[in-house]
Amino acid sequence: MIAALASDDAEERTRAFDTLVAIYWKPLYKYARLAHRRGPSDAEDHTQSFLARAFERNSLASYDVAKASFRTFLRALFDRHIANEMKAGTRLKRGGGETHVDFAAAEAEAARDHDRGGTPEEYFRREWIRSLFEVAVGRLRQSGPAADFALFEAYDLDGAERPSYRILGQRLGMSETTVTNRLASARRRFRQIVLDLLHEATASDREFREEVRALLGADR
Amino acid sequence: MSWLSDDAVERLRSTIDEPDFSGTRYRVVGEIGRGGMGVVYEAEDVDLQRRVAVKVLAADLADAGGADRVRREARVLAALEHPGIVPVHEVGSLPDGRVFYAMKLVRGVTVGEFLRDAKPAAVLRVFLRICEAVAFAHAAGSVHCDLKPQNVMVGEFGEVLVVDWGVARARGDQSGRASGGTHGFMAPEQEAGAAVDPRTDVYALGVMLRVLAGEARPKRLEAICAKAAAASPGHRYDSARELGADVARYIDGETITAYRDTLLERAGRWLDRNRALIAVVAAYLVMRAVILLFVQR
Repeated sequence: MIAALASDDAEERTRAFDTLVAIYWKPLYKYARLAHRRGPSDAEDHTQSFLARAFERNSLASYDVAKASFRTFLRALFDRHIANEMKAGTRLKRGGGETHVDFAAAEAEAARDHDRGGTPEEYFRREWIRSLFEVAVGRLRQSGPAADFALFEAYDLDGAERPSYRILGQRLGMSETTVTNRLASARRRFRQIVLDLLHEATASDREFREEVRALLGADR
Repeated sequence: MSWLSDDAVERLRSTIDEPDFSGTRYRVVGEIGRGGMGVVYEAEDVDLQRRVAVKVLAADLADAGGADRVRREARVLAALEHPGIVPVHEVGSLPDGRVFYAMKLVRGVTVGEFLRDAKPAAVLRVFLRICEAVAFAHAAGSVHCDLKPQNVMVGEFGEVLVVDWGVARARGDQSGRASGGTHGFMAPEQEAGAAVDPRTDVYALGVMLRVLAGEARPKRLEAICAKAAAASPGHRYDSARELGADVARYIDGETITAYRDTLLERAGRWLDRNRALIAVVAAYLVMRAVILLFVQR
């Protein structure tokens, strides 16, 4: 994805940009809301205008893998973008180059976030992980049998406590062995989707490894 | 997509991190530790009904040549059948594609913990056993490249085991360079990325001996440490076997290769070593003198 963002092939660039938006729009919006303390409509405008300009001006092509992770680069670019817009007192109003995402949902989520006392970087990372998982869960839902996803959802996404395989089987009309096998398969696919997404969203093996560690919390 | 709660995010994190052992004979019991290459779990071998340790390649290394490294580590270990080296039971791939190998589960503590507050003689006895295991590996063409107190375990019954052969170089490896190691224990040539050989391990053993023996090291023991941990490989012991032999001589109070004794020191050590004999001879002489004195009267 990173290499494709600088591609001369417009179709390839658009595809890469779509993946970037899918992973990053929500963390950027929430970051503008909570780290920069912008109001909902300002945060929405900042996010929209940042993504629109990044696409139009190809500003992400300047990313240098030797300097920082793409995630850090993007956040720094966004910080600068917000600072410039606030200084100039101008914002790209919604209209041209608009990205169609559900800001109302993101706002509801941001409202649920309480202050955990971390740095803005930590907050951005946390939201990046959440967003990455959300995209991966969406891809898992689309890519496999509905029954497998239902198992995955019940076991890995819902509620505070995981139900036992026996209870899951009773709930979904499956034997315990079927639950074991199908859940293992769904979790395997989810893992692969996340790793594929991270491969797409990083520019080198080293960055990939660092981002996996960041995702798993092994670098803290 | 609906919002993922913090609980859900944590669960998904563990879903990615947890190895998928379905379809294998192992059931994970708990995590033992994490290293640069992977995670070691305690697992139940359901076929043989015993506990084993299973090392699984870290998720971030799954696509970066990490699999080859874990397989190579397992092969190195499999080639080293020695009581001081943890035996490998099996190497394979999990359903999620990650390479793993199963090995003996060592229940015990690191040598540093085991020897905390130990008497000097006990430290040296354990150190000799480390040298024996490493010397065996050297004879088999392997160089550990990451020897340090944390990588030596002492089991429940006092067995000494050298573990974590993740960066070891084996005979036939294309590159003679090590791809890891621990700063402070690494020999200068390893730090510099140059070729390694058994003397690279000798260096680490020398540093380890210093750490285990503590600050108050006798002059001759320090000479052994200094020779082992010499900056130039040419000034070190040629192998762990030679180092061990010198430590054994030190324990027995004999002359060591790392230190040139003065005549007085040699005499002092001889007296020290033959204390019982000297006491008997002295007692005999005193008795003879007393008898002689008594007879003359």
